[in-house]
Amino acid sequence: MLSSEQTLGNLIRDKGRPGRRGYTLPKPDVDEISLENVLPEDALRKEKPRLPEVDEPTVIRHYTNLSRKNWGIDTNFYPLGSCTMKHNPRANEAAAAVPGFAGLHPLQPEDQAQGALRVMHELQVFLSEISGFPAISLQPLAGAQGELTSILMVKKYFEDAGDEGRTNVLIPETAHGTNPATATMAGFNAQSIGLDEHGCVNVEELKEKADETTAALMITNPNTCGVYERNISEIAELLHEAGAFLYMDGANMNANLGRMRPSDAGADIMHFNLHKTFSTPHGGGGPGSGAIACSEKLAPFRPVPVVEKEGESYRFVSPEKTIGRVAGFHGNFGVLLKAWNYIRMHGPELKDVTDMAVLNANYVRARLKGTYRIPYEGPCKHEVVVQPPKGMKALDIAKGLIDHGFHPPTIYFPLVVKEAMLIEPTETESKETLDDFVGAMLELAQSKDLEEAPTKAPTRRLDEAKAARQLKAHW
Amino acid sequence: MNLPQELQYTRSHEWVRREGDVATIGITDHAQDELGDVVFVELPEVGATLEAGNTFGTVESVKAVSDIYAPVGGEVVEVNGSLEESPEKVNEDPYGEGWMIKVRISSEGELLSAADYEKVVEEEE
Repeated sequence: MLSSEQTLGNLIRDKGRPGRRGYTLPKPDVDEISLENVLPEDALRKEKPRLPEVDEPTVIRHYTNLSRKNWGIDTNFYPLGSCTMKHNPRANEAAAAVPGFAGLHPLQPEDQAQGALRVMHELQVFLSEISGFPAISLQPLAGAQGELTSILMVKKYFEDAGDEGRTNVLIPETAHGTNPATATMAGFNAQSIGLDEHGCVNVEELKEKADETTAALMITNPNTCGVYERNISEIAELLHEAGAFLYMDGANMNANLGRMRPSDAGADIMHFNLHKTFSTPHGGGGPGSGAIACSEKLAPFRPVPVVEKEGESYRFVSPEKTIGRVAGFHGNFGVLLKAWNYIRMHGPELKDVTDMAVLNANYVRARLKGTYRIPYEGPCKHEVVVQPPKGMKALDIAKGLIDHGFHPPTIYFPLVVKEAMLIEPTETESKETLDDFVGAMLELAQSKDLEEAPTKAPTRRLDEAKAARQLKAHW
Repeated sequence: MNLPQELQYTRSHEWVRREGDVATIGITDHAQDELGDVVFVELPEVGATLEAGNTFGTVESVKAVSDIYAPVGGEVVEVNGSLEESPEKVNEDPYGEGWMIKVRISSEGELLSAADYEKVVEEEE
């Protein structure tokens, strides 16, 4: 028997027939007015819009079937390195849906939104405790915006101090692509720093490069190889001696909670990805939150507004030398609320999140070792980079994993490792899930004919080169 | 790995073919294999001046965007415009139709023989 897709095609448009309707409207009880009489000539359509003409069951089946093809953390293990795709506890969603919060208008006067301001203030206090920094801004709407905000604050600091000529921002080779993009957007030259044999920032190279032209170094710790930057304090000292700042990209804070405070390690400013580290469903482009934390020295430059507590009440205030606004209203409040709830649920046991994330990554590392190549030996943090056996391609293993029911990990990143596969299991996965995943990885390493994979997915392997050059977008 | 003996190479995986004072430049078979399917090549304009060792363009593949470095210094006298429409030539014929630019040589860079380049590739493996 043919499925409806075979007789009708894949797209909602293909499933329609001219004149078919999923509704009937009552006859209008007012006089009909021709559009020509109320709209100017150039606002009138020449042709009818090409809308799908379908009946209701077809619409429902079309979208229900599409939704069943969704592949995400709610349906399958999703070990996407450098992205922290972990399970998002539903309690946080319940908190965000509380009508008093969900229905709050961003222009509501402060005295009518004290509960929301209190949540924001308490979250500032929590993030301060987690990072060790005295000052927080909850404004930035995403990680990359948190980076940009931080580097703009650094820029404004030097302008304010009359320190001209600091034109460079140093960026390690393992950095996320957003780091050099941030430096460039903020008007700096992005200057690359190489790695040592452990996959960490090359301190000797830094000694040569950090000078009076350096504004900051952007470090991710642990870095995208899943390796802890063990020399971070020395790196911080070298930068401070040169009069520059150490910025820490907090994308991998899942590996640090309760175990390492960036401020103690010598950093001056950082961002959090509240949506990754403290859980908000993400991966579709938002909403996120790139809250930042910084030292006293940089605090006056934070974006407006920040929440302050005065006696028993809360109010918005403007930092003295603020760089201005980086987002409308007060950041992505729903994400802030979920982060607040997540931190409250864990309380002082927040460090367990990190311990489990690191344990899970090391379990996967230990089990893959011997079959897969491990470019950086020794314990990893929350994610591990592996390479397929010689002669095999990361792309083929990744496509093969789809047939085994797993979302592939990040591949070909970090760029410094050939055929890299960056696996981040996160703390929310059970040993059984990890064993299933490792089992599939070990089996794939023995497979000979992966070039055809995936064979069980709704589409076979895509021609990526053609897709990039001749994109056909239909809906 | 295809490594024509008559060409010169760089550590950053470009090749050079000399004809008089003009050098034809492209990326090696090893480089295209590592990059995977090339989807876009960005090259300088004719008349641009290159400095040996500096980046003169980018190659974008399904895996990553990589810089291409000038093996020699000089003025760009010709650019392979067909790569705009057919970047896959870099994968299919890296030393032939996949060539990228021709440069009138005004200064030399650090170049390797085919044998030395082969060692570089082996070290990387």
